[in-house]
Amino acid sequence: MFDSLSDRFDGIFTRLRSRGKLTEKDIDEVAREIRLALLEADVNVRVVKSFIARIKERANGAEVAKSLSPGQQVIKIVHEELVTTLGGAAGKLTMNSRPPTVILLAGLQGSGKTTAAAKLARFLERDGKRPLLVGADLQRPAAVEQLRVLGERIGVPVASDGADPVEVARNGIEEANRLGRNIVIVDTAGRLQIDTELMDELRAIRDAVNPDDALLVVDAMTGQEAVNVAESFAETIDLTGIVLTKLDGDARGGAALSVKEVTGRPIMFAGVGEKLEDFEPFYPDRMASRILGMGDVLTLIEKAEAAFDADDVAVATEKLRTGDFTLQDFLDQMRQMKKMGPLQNLVAMLPGVPKELRNAEVDEKELGKVEAIICSMTLEERNNPSVIDGSRRIRIAEGSGTSPQDVNAVLKQFKQVAQMMKQFSKVNKKGKRRMTGLPPGLGSGGIGGLEL
Amino acid sequence: MSDSLALVVLVAIFALAAFLIVLPRIVRRREAEREAGRPGPARPAAPPRPTPVVAPPVEVEAPFEVEVEAPVEVEAPAEPVRLRDRLGKTRASFAGLLGTLRRGGKIDDEAWDELEEALLLADVGMTTTVAVVQGVRTRAAAAGADADTLPDLLRDEITERLEATASDRSLQHAADGPTVWLMVGVNGVGKTTTTAKLAKREIADGHRVLLAAADTFRAAAADQLATWADRLGCAVVRGQDGGDPGAVVYDAMDAAAARGSDLVIVDTAGRLHTKVNLMRELEKLKRIVERTPGALQEVLLVLDASTGQNGLTQAREFVGAVDITGVVLTKLDGTAKGGIVLAIEDEFGVPVKLVGLGEGADDLVPFDPAEFAAALVE
Repeated sequence: MFDSLSDRFDGIFTRLRSRGKLTEKDIDEVAREIRLALLEADVNVRVVKSFIARIKERANGAEVAKSLSPGQQVIKIVHEELVTTLGGAAGKLTMNSRPPTVILLAGLQGSGKTTAAAKLARFLERDGKRPLLVGADLQRPAAVEQLRVLGERIGVPVASDGADPVEVARNGIEEANRLGRNIVIVDTAGRLQIDTELMDELRAIRDAVNPDDALLVVDAMTGQEAVNVAESFAETIDLTGIVLTKLDGDARGGAALSVKEVTGRPIMFAGVGEKLEDFEPFYPDRMASRILGMGDVLTLIEKAEAAFDADDVAVATEKLRTGDFTLQDFLDQMRQMKKMGPLQNLVAMLPGVPKELRNAEVDEKELGKVEAIICSMTLEERNNPSVIDGSRRIRIAEGSGTSPQDVNAVLKQFKQVAQMMKQFSKVNKKGKRRMTGLPPGLGSGGIGGLEL
Repeated sequence: MSDSLALVVLVAIFALAAFLIVLPRIVRRREAEREAGRPGPARPAAPPRPTPVVAPPVEVEAPFEVEVEAPVEVEAPAEPVRLRDRLGKTRASFAGLLGTLRRGGKIDDEAWDELEEALLLADVGMTTTVAVVQGVRTRAAAAGADADTLPDLLRDEITERLEATASDRSLQHAADGPTVWLMVGVNGVGKTTTTAKLAKREIADGHRVLLAAADTFRAAAADQLATWADRLGCAVVRGQDGGDPGAVVYDAMDAAAARGSDLVIVDTAGRLHTKVNLMRELEKLKRIVERTPGALQEVLLVLDASTGQNGLTQAREFVGAVDITGVVLTKLDGTAKGGIVLAIEDEFGVPVKLVGLGEGADDLVPFDPAEFAAALVE
């Protein structure tokens, strides 16, 4: 539904290109599009206003006017400005020279505090620290139990001893001293920022434990409300940083910008999945791309780096380029790729993928079928598919539990696409830096041309 | 068949090629960055992924049921919480805005801009905001209105839009046989709490309610629901943590039949709508319920009022997967305005049926369009 900002700009700037120079009116038009994109990404209306003002100022300057491609230039400015706003001071936890360091987590109900607490504990433990989790959420039924289960999973002790949250938090620190733990992570109950009683309680907890880090946990799907929430929490407990959760969804996460702008505090961590290891430092540049809907290439690459073996990749790339890419290579690489999650999600993250492919319904089971078909071939057949005749085809089909038509479809498609990729990578090699171009036939209506 | 196979190969090779081509270059660049001493984004050495603690779902033990002997007396809510009373904050904000609009006289561009901004601030979203403002403009033109009447026009416009979606927003019960309501939504929106609140309401209405704790993923989610069931004095069926939620639903259906419960409310695990496998799991849960014809009466999407434009995507995916019949808007007691439901009703025609206004068991009220709209503009 959301077009990326670059798509939108394309229209405006194609029109402008014939005229060459940008007028103030043109820039107004562009500013409107930026505003729309930011609003659709859930950046707060008021934050958008001040942001646009900054962009306009820069866009009116010489750097755009002189540029040959004003569209790219404006996008670059927007992106840079976003990164600057989101980044700023480096987000590092403050460690107390006299342990234990106390980290306090607060936020609305359902923002993901308990999960974030456990993830943070795991993260710090891997970093050589000795954390203790303190369950001070006595409000939600079984919240402490949830923390206990999570603590058990990551091998971090959990303390929750006391009649009220303040006492629990205070006892937590004593417990840390007793157990020789050098970090205390206090998980508090979710609360609305207008609930004065609970906000007072939060302040009391803060006063009792005197945290070195007070982190606000914010759901990436939050809308305009993010500003109000951030303001109140910042006022109540002097936030030192933000944790952004549920970034594994497809929310653009404009709330990040709002929260950053309002509190001036760094976004330190991001929750990026349901597993406890899905927790990482926050990367402003990725977030900027995401807010603008430009595809999260860096995340993708990070995932790919973890899943693929670098040497294999180099070999396979070379093969793809020279056209020696065989079904065996395809099978090997596909298996690596499967580790990265559903194919469709991966394709969605790639920039410049044609809509037809992006929206294609890909059944993951079919991927298994393709694998079965290739596995039913002999090595010779994998390296040189042209030897596959009728009887081999029947054998392969029977071996993989498919039909000869399926085998045919795979072979034909493989040949076609591999050929195309060969051409594509040559073009790419010649010096096109970004993957915006598409191989001939893959552009608009490309799939039809592929005789699916 | 072979078409979809061909498509898979196409997509796979395309994605692969993209990695193969882009990856080495980026790796090189990062290495260069690292050597230059700039801290590239730290990449943790791929840790051995701990296998999630999952009890083998193969053999699901007969789930133990918590049966509460003495049903706690469920006191009828003294005074139903009114949406309007609880929307104080929202009202204040709109009132502030419309206060400035009530300057009287002609409606100028500034007034329209402010109206638009207020709707955007309420998370209504650009598309619907434009439509609503257009609607108000038409009304204003027809009535020859001045700025004083803008609040009324806005209220009418919103009310009529909402009323156009559905006239009946009550939750449906099966004519005979058991009724099943399925609660779905992304993580942290309040499914479990809403399930408990609904149970309380229905118990007060004289139904025999059985809760199914089909959230076997989140640690201690079943405990949370069991605690509620204990407080409310209703039965709950649960499985093992990490077990198969399908088995829980299956057992709940059996248990409901055996003990003569007429309403089963199924609390499912929170899932982001982008997780294909989890959405499939939800489809499966629905199919299990549908084995009892006519039982599945409601599939309710629970939505946090503070959700922004992603709410639309959520609604789209859940409509696609399990064909939701209604929305429960939770946490509307904050300053969040929940305007996204306007967009959701507009685009998908799925009515908001209930509104959550707090953490108490009574804080769940029927959604009333006129009241919602009035509370917004008063």
